[in-house]
Amino acid sequence: MTPVIHLGQITKVYDIGAEEVRALRGVSLDIDKNEYVAIMGPSGSGKSTLMNIIGCLDTPSAGQYLFNGVNVSDMNDNQLAKIRNKEIGFVFQTFNLLARSDALHNVELPLIYAGVPASERKEHALSALQQVNLADRVHHKPNELSGGQRQRVAVARALVTKPSIILADEPTGNLDTKTGDEIMGLFEEIHNQGNTIILVTHEEYIAEHAKRIIRIRDGVVESDERVSRPKSIPVTA
Amino acid sequence: MNFFLEVKEGLVIAFRTIRANKMRSVLTTLGIVIGIVSVTLMATGIEGVDRSFQKSVSAFGTKVLYIQKFPWMAGDEWWSYRNRRDLRVEHAELLERQATLLEAVAPVVGTVRQAKYGSRVLENAYVNGTTNGYNTASGMTIRDGRFFSQEESNGGRPICVIGANVVETLFLNEDPLGKVVKIGGFPYHVVGVYEKQGGLFGTFIDNQVKIPIKSFASHYGSHHDVTINAKVAAGADIEDAKEEIRGIMRKARGLLPGQKDDFNINQQEVLLQAFNQVTGVIGGVGLFITGLSLFVGGIGIMNIMFVSVTERTKEIGIRKAIGARRRTILAQFLIESAIICLIGGFIGLIIAYPLSLIVDQFLPTAMPVSIIIVAILVSLVVGVVSGFLPAYRASRLDPVEALRYE
Repeated sequence: MTPVIHLGQITKVYDIGAEEVRALRGVSLDIDKNEYVAIMGPSGSGKSTLMNIIGCLDTPSAGQYLFNGVNVSDMNDNQLAKIRNKEIGFVFQTFNLLARSDALHNVELPLIYAGVPASERKEHALSALQQVNLADRVHHKPNELSGGQRQRVAVARALVTKPSIILADEPTGNLDTKTGDEIMGLFEEIHNQGNTIILVTHEEYIAEHAKRIIRIRDGVVESDERVSRPKSIPVTA
Repeated sequence: MNFFLEVKEGLVIAFRTIRANKMRSVLTTLGIVIGIVSVTLMATGIEGVDRSFQKSVSAFGTKVLYIQKFPWMAGDEWWSYRNRRDLRVEHAELLERQATLLEAVAPVVGTVRQAKYGSRVLENAYVNGTTNGYNTASGMTIRDGRFFSQEESNGGRPICVIGANVVETLFLNEDPLGKVVKIGGFPYHVVGVYEKQGGLFGTFIDNQVKIPIKSFASHYGSHHDVTINAKVAAGADIEDAKEEIRGIMRKARGLLPGQKDDFNINQQEVLLQAFNQVTGVIGGVGLFITGLSLFVGGIGIMNIMFVSVTERTKEIGIRKAIGARRRTILAQFLIESAIICLIGGFIGLIIAYPLSLIVDQFLPTAMPVSIIIVAILVSLVVGVVSGFLPAYRASRLDPVEALRYE
């Protein structure tokens, strides 16, 4: 089976004035369908750069990146935008919702860019909001929602296009522990429904939710281990 | 993503942003509003000047030639025409007999005399002596009554046709027809009244009194230089008719081949041409200056769009992350600035329209439909042009950088 993501000797070099910063020094890894992977590493390790490349927000300086078997390393801006739109669902630490739009419109947005007709769009968006238990907050704007609710809107937005991967960057970073756990529970559910999840975090207890932990340090993969032990969702009353 | 969805989403975002930044939107739009108001009013004014001139010139009649000692647009060469021999009534008679391409010919002589009815006086009436042919060989319209007949003309009857201003000055609530007015001391029966002309030549034309040329000669003398009005026959070419007149006139005046004409054949088109040149320049300069205000408005839009793009860097990053393409972002900001300008254009027109009605009080005009369409198009173009650079910058933003922006 073709892996969803295949990275072969990916490097990324930034030119900052005269200095060259080698953020990634040859990263190779495969991620299969329905995996639940955590990418870990301290700040400055290159994990954000790796996430940007996996998320097609950025392109590698060298190396091969196959997404569902398709080479995306040298795609242009528009082709990358299409991949991001259809194949990747982003969940950010700071939620990144459009402040002036209600939950429904935020979730509809990727479908608008995908050219889905209005009636179908609304139907998909509503069912995605239902999936994250926000059916009763459809017309609330982000500032009328709690942090956890905002992140659930973001998850709904990530799910609505039925993407190949969900890419979550510190999704609990701005949430208290209890709400963070709820969101992690939501990811567990989504994973059980057959989705592929890539989680970027620097917190061990968050990474523990994943089935595979990839540790990055100084621009290379330090370790890549599968977690076999059954993971328990902390029970919160 | 198809074009329609793109535009629709762009419109939604545009209106939401404009509503969210009310004060800023109002101030930005103001520049365009002022620009559109000044440009449309300028165009309306030019239209008014044009119309009143066209109307005034129409009094000279279409296909009416004026054979005169002086050309209408003599310029500095006036002195060289001054020594020409006068034209005489006999020339008109000759033309009437010999010309085949003319429908009517009328000699016209003029003087200024006092017109009086009872105790009411008009000091400077322009008194013209002419023949019955004048009614055809001019652009003047009779409102009440009639022009004099051939018999009355040949018989030198003491009758007159008077201009609207003469009527207004001499007659209060009376019907002037059949009344006797004294012109330069001589009594004349009013048989006809001209329609009011107004416009640029109004003071001249509306103060006219037309009488048979024979009456004119016996009362005010016959030494005057004559203008010959000639109406070109229907179906005849004006240039052919001019050539025919030239031939007859040159022979009558005994000009040898090689000698220059010592008369001119004038027509209203000459005036129109000269006028169009003048209004063309005035209009061009006027529109350019008022256009500058629109340009300044456009710069205001560009400025505020740059601010808007910077402010919304994060939003652009989010949109790009979830699949907005460059041209989608470009379209979004272009639509926004176009909408601001279009709103400005509409408000400008709404303000300019009542103002144009005020202009209409002084200078009969109307806002041309074309200028309404042009104003809308211009505001659209200003919006797109001044929005382009900011929108382009937005579309080129790097999604990683944009997402990091706070």
